Amino acid sequence: MLKYVIKRLLLAVLTLFIILSLCFIFIKMLPLPVVNGSTEMVELIEARREAMGYYKPILEQFFLFWGRIFTSFDWGYGEQIYQMQSVTDIIAGKLPATIAVNLYSLILSIPIGLLLGIYAAVKKNKWQDHTISTLVMVFVSVPSFVYAFLIQYLLCYRLGWFPLLASTDTNYLAPEVVWSLMPAIFSLAFGSIAGFTRYTRAELSEVLTSEYMLLARAKGLTRRQATIRHALRNAMVVIFPMILGEFISILSGSLIIESIFSIPGIGSLYVTSITSLDYNFFMAISAFYTAVGLAAGIVIDLSYGLIDPRIRMGVK
Amino acid sequence: MTDEMMNIPAEKFKFTHEHVKLGDKKLQTKPISYLHDAWNRFAKNKSSIVGMVIILLLLLFSFFAPLFSNYSVSDTNLYYQNVAPKISAHATGGFWDGSRKVSTGAASYYYNLAMGVESGRETVTKLYSIEETSDGTTLYTYRQDTYNAVGYEFLNLTEDAYKALQEYQNETGIQVIYPMPITTAQGSGKVMYDVNDANYWYRTYLTGSHRGEPVLDEDGNFQTIYRTSGTDNYNSLRIDGDPGKTDPEASDRYRYALINQTGYRVRVCYYDYYIYLNGFEPCYLFGANASGQDLFVCVASGTRFSFFLAICVAAINLLIGAVYGSIEGFYGGKIDLIMERISDIMSGIPFMVVAILFNMHLAATVGTVGALIFAFVLTGWIGTASTVRMQFYRFKKQEYVLAARTLGARDRRLIVKHIFPNALGTIITSAALYIPSVILSETSLTYLGIISLDNPANGLTSLGTLLSAGQASLSNYPHIILFPALVIALLMISFNLFGNGLRDAFNPSLRGSDS
Repeated sequence: MLKYVIKRLLLAVLTLFIILSLCFIFIKMLPLPVVNGSTEMVELIEARREAMGYYKPILEQFFLFWGRIFTSFDWGYGEQIYQMQSVTDIIAGKLPATIAVNLYSLILSIPIGLLLGIYAAVKKNKWQDHTISTLVMVFVSVPSFVYAFLIQYLLCYRLGWFPLLASTDTNYLAPEVVWSLMPAIFSLAFGSIAGFTRYTRAELSEVLTSEYMLLARAKGLTRRQATIRHALRNAMVVIFPMILGEFISILSGSLIIESIFSIPGIGSLYVTSITSLDYNFFMAISAFYTAVGLAAGIVIDLSYGLIDPRIRMGVK
Repeated sequence: MTDEMMNIPAEKFKFTHEHVKLGDKKLQTKPISYLHDAWNRFAKNKSSIVGMVIILLLLLFSFFAPLFSNYSVSDTNLYYQNVAPKISAHATGGFWDGSRKVSTGAASYYYNLAMGVESGRETVTKLYSIEETSDGTTLYTYRQDTYNAVGYEFLNLTEDAYKALQEYQNETGIQVIYPMPITTAQGSGKVMYDVNDANYWYRTYLTGSHRGEPVLDEDGNFQTIYRTSGTDNYNSLRIDGDPGKTDPEASDRYRYALINQTGYRVRVCYYDYYIYLNGFEPCYLFGANASGQDLFVCVASGTRFSFFLAICVAAINLLIGAVYGSIEGFYGGKIDLIMERISDIMSGIPFMVVAILFNMHLAATVGTVGALIFAFVLTGWIGTASTVRMQFYRFKKQEYVLAARTLGARDRRLIVKHIFPNALGTIITSAALYIPSVILSETSLTYLGIISLDNPANGLTSLGTLLSAGQASLSNYPHIILFPALVIALLMISFNLFGNGLRDAFNPSLRGSDS
């Protein structure tokens, strides 16, 4: 097991290294964008570029880049946006907003999704199941930004329940801030509720038809007992890793939802960094997204083994 | 014995069954091919048939919509910015008739109301309520016809154009030119609120709390401020109330043009002038956006582009994935290991990063669309490759493959003829489920403005751009975002239904496993 974990981790680190190196080389092959801003700022950034070796050959820059990251985790400074501010500090400052929105939406969607899925599986092939399955089909397919538009128009503009844009306050536990994030949370939750429902229903309905369920009923358990104690636990073997994966991906957030509701998170920072050609931010956030994706994959795979000891990792 | 057996003369051999045809027993019923069998199962699934029909309708819409519209993507008419959807030129009734509900103050309400008085093209089609607000102003809620709301415009015409327009009026009896209002203060309080706005043909308050509102007479009618002096060379239709209508030589008859150095400055009812220019009435089925483009053709063009891109990308990816997966799965061992590592690493690259980098590097040489296709292709084939690889692992050790190999089939024949067809079903299914994800990614990228495909000159636009333009005016003009969003939602739902149906049809054992 440990050997497998180490192997996976090393592979992930290697993958991250290769991807980032390629990314770096591609970025450096582009001409350095002209800095906008006040004269002093432009001079300052030019001096910084000179000091960071931005005008040296690409190969030399490559070693400087990795050297800085390995020694001091220095991803450079903002050039077009957040000029002369440390990229890592700004990203760290933006993370809470992204995490808050996604975490709230996950907290909202996990119980609803699981309950709906269980209900649909228990009522399989009855009208309740058909209704839920049809709705799930629709909600899984329709992209989250379509809900976002609907919610923004109906709930925020027509009914005026929520503010049109998210609050800029950074206290993400305060009720009024959470209230202003609600439209974004709902937009994200629709899709994930449907996803959880679909998954839970599929897994549970498969487990419910297995033979040990028959045994459980035969030995005298009620249907409820058998479902909760036997079926649900076994279905969780597959559902739990999925939930865990979702928890990791709350870090990356949603580019579109964040820009629709102007949530000051990583996603909108990424979009701004691209449209304003700030390559340092682009590199750092790309690295962050890649790392989150790789980590989610490893955690999902490992959690199978953790939750169900029968699944042995790394055994051929 | 051995000697005897070894040396049997050739003539002792005799053909058996020489005139009997050997072979399998002829089938009693018609054989059903693999694809036919899958189709039979697919046709039984109602929801996937619905999905397929919607896809076909959207395809038809995207290709034939331009034929049914008077407009093209490159047509922009700034007079008709943001006009509401109108199902036909004469639609009325408050739904899909080009009108919208607005709430404004008195000045704006009377401004709209006045437009209908001269030409009969009513801008205010229905008055819902008049409310006193807490700060003492009056709030009018009414239905505004967005096409008539353009009202009147000042135009500078050459003498020929002026004469041609008069001739058109005389022939058809439709009045386009309306009398000029005074532009400077004349007489007692005959003033105009905005001299550049052709819609002020009535007396208005210039100052005070009623600023911009009309000065009404005792009967509540507008008071005209038409110009009566000067010459205009006008010999055509005159409006009611014009003294010149009964007596063409009357000295106080209304003036219909101002003569200046370049020609004639006239005031036209834009709706009628539009008909005069184009020969048809303005009618935007899905409304128009902020640049005055017809959303109907824009949405069709965006859908067409999405289809084109998704099908292109899916075809390329399937091809690469099939070849890559076949080689991986068939040869196994070291080749498989190395190729798997490569695809493992590639699959770790977030699509967004690839799309952005490719757009930065390649957009200049192969165009934005080309760069986008490359970005989709770079990592898109990995999924197909791994399903094909799995199918190869499942089937390559089977006896029939061994039999074919024994009979002398080469690797290529084994791959293409014997094993690959087993993967066909999964490939088709993954294509159908891959297409909506391509459309979604493309829409997201163009929505965020990371990739800009718009090129009205060659009629190219994308649903994402339409969505982001609509989002900007979501609260005032929700129709701009409604139609692209509806099309996107329909595309997603129908492709998913279709793809799930295909999966069930090709793999009956997986039926309902996650739907």
